Amino acid sequence: MSVDLHTREIQPLRQTFAHVAQYAGDDKPASRYLEATLGAQSTANFHYRPTWDPAHELFDKTRSAVVMADWQSLRDPRQYYYGTWTMARARQQDAIEANYQFIEDRGLVAKMPEAVRSKASKVLIPLRHAAWGGNMNNCSIGAYGYGAMLTAPAMFHAMDQLGVAQYITRLGLTLDEPGALDAGKNDWLKETCWQPLRHYVEDTLVLQDPMELFVAQNLALDGQLYPLIFGSFVDDHLVPLGGTSVAMMSAFMPEWHAESSRWVDAVLKIAAAESEANRALIAGWVQAWSDRAQAALMPVAAMALDAGAQGAIDDARTSLNARCKKAGITS
Amino acid sequence: MSNVFIAFQSNEDSRPIIEAILADNPHAVSVHSPGLIKIDAPDELCIKRATIEEIIGRRYDLQEIHVSLVTLSGYIDEDDDQFTLSWKH
Repeated sequence: MSVDLHTREIQPLRQTFAHVAQYAGDDKPASRYLEATLGAQSTANFHYRPTWDPAHELFDKTRSAVVMADWQSLRDPRQYYYGTWTMARARQQDAIEANYQFIEDRGLVAKMPEAVRSKASKVLIPLRHAAWGGNMNNCSIGAYGYGAMLTAPAMFHAMDQLGVAQYITRLGLTLDEPGALDAGKNDWLKETCWQPLRHYVEDTLVLQDPMELFVAQNLALDGQLYPLIFGSFVDDHLVPLGGTSVAMMSAFMPEWHAESSRWVDAVLKIAAAESEANRALIAGWVQAWSDRAQAALMPVAAMALDAGAQGAIDDARTSLNARCKKAGITS
Repeated sequence: MSNVFIAFQSNEDSRPIIEAILADNPHAVSVHSPGLIKIDAPDELCIKRATIEEIIGRRYDLQEIHVSLVTLSGYIDEDDDQFTLSWKH
């Protein structure tokens, strides 16, 4: 008896879901990102308006002053959906875990100059409260924004901010006694140099417009805070003084900032390109919140960097302005 | 003139690689068979890291192609940025 093996190709009748094909075309398979995100926003049959905000539907485009014909156009260049996002973060977590292992095995924290150790803990620990503010604000964008293309990555971003707060906490516990966390909170609440930044964070907590909040938190504040703290302070100031371990323990933050900036810039670029009214609106928010964030970071920079403060603040603002220009928000 | 070819499993991971190859090598022809996509090209075929990164929106290590690579023919010239098949040596 002989057995003949044949292969037969079966062409699928359609390449993706009909609502995805409307956007991406049906000639080739759509990416998992588009399949997971397009059309996830509830759009109809809300029935009752929320009692806590009767002026709006449960999901309402008019919560933001930014007007988009299609909120699904705000694509994330990283193409994150839940699966790819968790895998990317798990890889980063493994890397940080290895860094901590390296530092603990060799007792590197104890070998750090005392002045560097206490400076790092004084500057970095209060920032866990700023990161928590970023978590709350991005939750708010996720809750009140419109369109899963924006709100899904905003929720990922919120959890990333929580991760940053946790990394800072862990860094604080490695550098110092557990009491350092309470001291950091006390500084955040009472120390003069932190008050403008705390004021900024607390004011953003009550911003109602999700797109304005997006600008104030993710662009204006984080766009200056991260280059200032993890660039100028940790990498350029602490490392030459013997604080390499601090840079290793906080390695996630600059890496994550560089990655998530691409998303922030892409969202604002698409929104600003939609209409001149959008562009002017966003440019106004960027101007106002960046100025305020810069002023709020000045006393922190002065405490962290002494004479180098003004230069570091200017560098951070210059890089933010360059991003805005590239995104077509300002000319 | 003779052909070089490269074949990948047909899956979500190889889709952007194939898209990048076809974009960078206009002379290449892809042949779909069940579970497999084979790309033939006269003389030379080049896979560029930058093009794949543009499509998937993240950093890409060219060694990742080996996860779904099935077979190839041609002499390989590779570095961090590109992977070229040709009969030149």
